[in-house]
Amino acid sequence: MADNFDKMKEVIVSTLKVDADKVTPEARFKEDLDADSLDLVEFVMGLEETFDITVEDEESAGVQTVQQALDLVESKQNA
Amino acid sequence: MSRVVLVTGGNRGIGRACVEAFLKNGDRVAFTYRSNPPSDLEGENVLALQADVNDPQSVENAFAKVEEQFGNVEVLVANAGINKDTLLMRMSEDEWDDVLDTNLKAAWRVAKRASRNMTKARSGRMVFMSSVVGYFGSPGQTNYASSKAGLIGLARSITRELGPRGITANVVAPGPVATDMLTALGDQGAARLTDLVPIGRAASPEEVAAAVTFLASPEASYISGVVLPVDGGMAMGH
Repeated sequence: MADNFDKMKEVIVSTLKVDADKVTPEARFKEDLDADSLDLVEFVMGLEETFDITVEDEESAGVQTVQQALDLVESKQNA
Repeated sequence: MSRVVLVTGGNRGIGRACVEAFLKNGDRVAFTYRSNPPSDLEGENVLALQADVNDPQSVENAFAKVEEQFGNVEVLVANAGINKDTLLMRMSEDEWDDVLDTNLKAAWRVAKRASRNMTKARSGRMVFMSSVVGYFGSPGQTNYASSKAGLIGLARSITRELGPRGITANVVAPGPVATDMLTALGDQGAARLTDLVPIGRAASPEEVAAAVTFLASPEASYISGVVLPVDGGMAMGH
């Protein structure tokens, strides 16, 4: 699923305006990528568009790291 | 200037004056109308869209058409509005709901739809057509005045939410304007209103449109969350 990670990385770089090398699976959105709540909404909307999925607020609420976001996307793709 | 502008309720009155003012600026202007398309507003830079702002799908379709023909909306003028005046004790639930839905909820709906691409673009202008009665109050207009006051909270919250994304949201608050809505009050009703205006007459729709185009202009880039009265001194913002 490296492909998914790369696609997500692009979404993160474009919506959160961070350097690509900061985007690791362990990176935390708020602490490491400096994302505020509006950034995260943009990020989730970017995911919905890129992966053609729908993410409810409750589902994204617990997501803190890039890996968790990736897991969420992949659980949607397999659903 | 060649921006993409969307005006709701653009076929007559203040909305129409806004459409014409933006066209004069060299912008590409789409506007919605509910039932009567103006036959004399045509050209390659203008797009008339039949739409019901109270219907989410109809709003979505209108935006899709604008995006297809002109591109993403860069300036939104939420202008569509109605009134169903009657005294509080006589006002029905439907009269309240219809006015709040069209004047406030539909403005929220179009702002929400426009905000998506404005946020991506890191730039955008929203102007909401309120009314002096939103803060001045008006007998027989508990529904209308409430909806117009609500637009102020809407615009100011958008200012705080999306200001960091380069989006401004402002409110224009006209007093009496020479439109069908004023004519419907009859000569006496209209005179009662204009008597309260220091300038002593109703505004022309063009005088209101001038405030709208200013708030949407590059010169107004540092103005957001304001309520700009265009009321001939009637309430002066209070």
